[in-house]
Amino acid sequence: MVREKTAGSKAFDIFLYIILILLAVTCLYPLWYAFCLSISDKSAANSGFVSIMPVGFSLASYKEIMGDSKFFNSFLISVERTAFGTIFSLGVMILLGYPLSKTKREFPLRNIIMWFMMFCMLFNAGAIPWYITMVKYHLLDSIAGLILAGSLPVFYQIILMNFFKSIPAELEEAARVDGAGPWRILITIIVPCSVPVIATMILFISVGYWNEFFQGLVLSSGDRHYPLQTYIQQMVISTQNTSNLTPDQLKLMSRLSNKSLDAAKVFIAMIPMLVVYPFIQKYFVRGIILGAVKG
Amino acid sequence: MCIPGVLWLILFSIVPLFGIVIAFENYNPGLGYWKSSFVGFENFKYLFSLSDATRVIKNTMIIAGWKIALNIIVPLVFALLLNEVVNLKFKRAIQTIVYLPHFLSWVILASIILRIFSLDGVINQVVSLLGGKPVIWFSESKYFRQLAIGTDVWKEFGFNAVIYIAALTGIDPNLYEASSIDGLGHWGQVWHITIPGIMSTIVLMTILGLGNALNAGFDQIFNMYNPMVYSTGDILDTWVYRIGLVNLQFSLATTAGVFKSIISFLLITVSYWCAWKFADYKIF
Repeated sequence: MVREKTAGSKAFDIFLYIILILLAVTCLYPLWYAFCLSISDKSAANSGFVSIMPVGFSLASYKEIMGDSKFFNSFLISVERTAFGTIFSLGVMILLGYPLSKTKREFPLRNIIMWFMMFCMLFNAGAIPWYITMVKYHLLDSIAGLILAGSLPVFYQIILMNFFKSIPAELEEAARVDGAGPWRILITIIVPCSVPVIATMILFISVGYWNEFFQGLVLSSGDRHYPLQTYIQQMVISTQNTSNLTPDQLKLMSRLSNKSLDAAKVFIAMIPMLVVYPFIQKYFVRGIILGAVKG
Repeated sequence: MCIPGVLWLILFSIVPLFGIVIAFENYNPGLGYWKSSFVGFENFKYLFSLSDATRVIKNTMIIAGWKIALNIIVPLVFALLLNEVVNLKFKRAIQTIVYLPHFLSWVILASIILRIFSLDGVINQVVSLLGGKPVIWFSESKYFRQLAIGTDVWKEFGFNAVIYIAALTGIDPNLYEASSIDGLGHWGQVWHITIPGIMSTIVLMTILGLGNALNAGFDQIFNMYNPMVYSTGDILDTWVYRIGLVNLQFSLATTAGVFKSIISFLLITVSYWCAWKFADYKIF
């Protein structure tokens, strides 16, 4: 569209750019702040001198983490959970999504399963019965428990199914004429045609597993079994909770606490996200829109 | 092909539903579901007689209500502002950056945000510079709700704007051209073409949002609150966690969970029905 450049519209443009840049800065600042704290001198970080730039330079916090076997252990649990969980979950979702993308005529059970799934998404008994069930399944303190607890996010399942629906039926028809069965069609046609939405799902599912802390907390009997987010929740956030201490205790705490070390742990937990994000972000907008707004 | 998915739903969604009986029992983990004594609706009566319960329900609805409203309005305004940007590279860069907080967990973000708002944090440094008195922001019950709502809107506004940005690109460019020939100014176009063009999306997001009236965001509150702010910040989910999994009052916690689940189920069903009726939206 053509817009006449009056003084008013120029002023608006400047205002617009400033607002948007400020918003973007607030979104990046917490990450930058954690990074600055993590590489600053311990004493500077603890005295609250770090705000916009690192003060001094020290990798002591990262060295200390290298020697922290609990952190390393939790990191490994999270990596395993995310890797195997994403593969497992994606497999289950693709297998369920393909039959559900058919019409009721082609797959008679379709609507029954669909309503069943909606009911499961909308109605639950809350945390306690779920926890008791997990105990009965012997899924405490195991990677299997951490994976199985969240393998079928129904909302994403629906996005995936809607995308499968939008694939032209002629492609399948042609393959069927050539004698391909449903499994072959799924592997050679449906999956390759769904790269954007599958990439989106991989992003969402793996982020879900990586970021999950609550199941990690209640399904673990001790800190040896914590996934990384739970470890950070327990070691960093619970100890920041200083509200019921006296001022003297508070001073002692802040002398003993290690903000730089905490920030380094938090920053390491963000790294996988920051590495994967740029590669997948070009897919996910397309993936969500194609899946949510049916073709 | 459906077997793994359906099996999972049965094992991890349907089997736990049998645990609802706990809400009608004086549950004893040693005796199990079948042998614990049956008490009828006693737990529900007891629940609503507790002042804690009414307090957390009130907090939940206030926090959730503000989040629902602002999580529609702020992303919408952001999408409209972004739509004014002509430089495509700049637009893309901004989008990429503002989506990022959505993908970081509340554990990570809360630990950094609590630090920024702590007694010697960045916010208090600014406050001191301006001559104010530093406070521990997240330990003040009068600020907690605002901070929780604000940080949630901040985390999600970029991602929530995706749907509006998509709707904006779907508006027919011919409409703009025709209207400018007819002498409609830029703001006239925004008001008469852009907003009506995405109105159905706005209505839809509003209706669907209403289903979340009892979801104030467990992950966020759990990682940000502390006993000092229970009066304004304790919500249904965090309370259920404490009475159930910390104090081990299984029956009372399940009762509160079942109550929440039934209300949410009704709200979501009604909102989806309205979305289908008024916005022609079908989830599948």
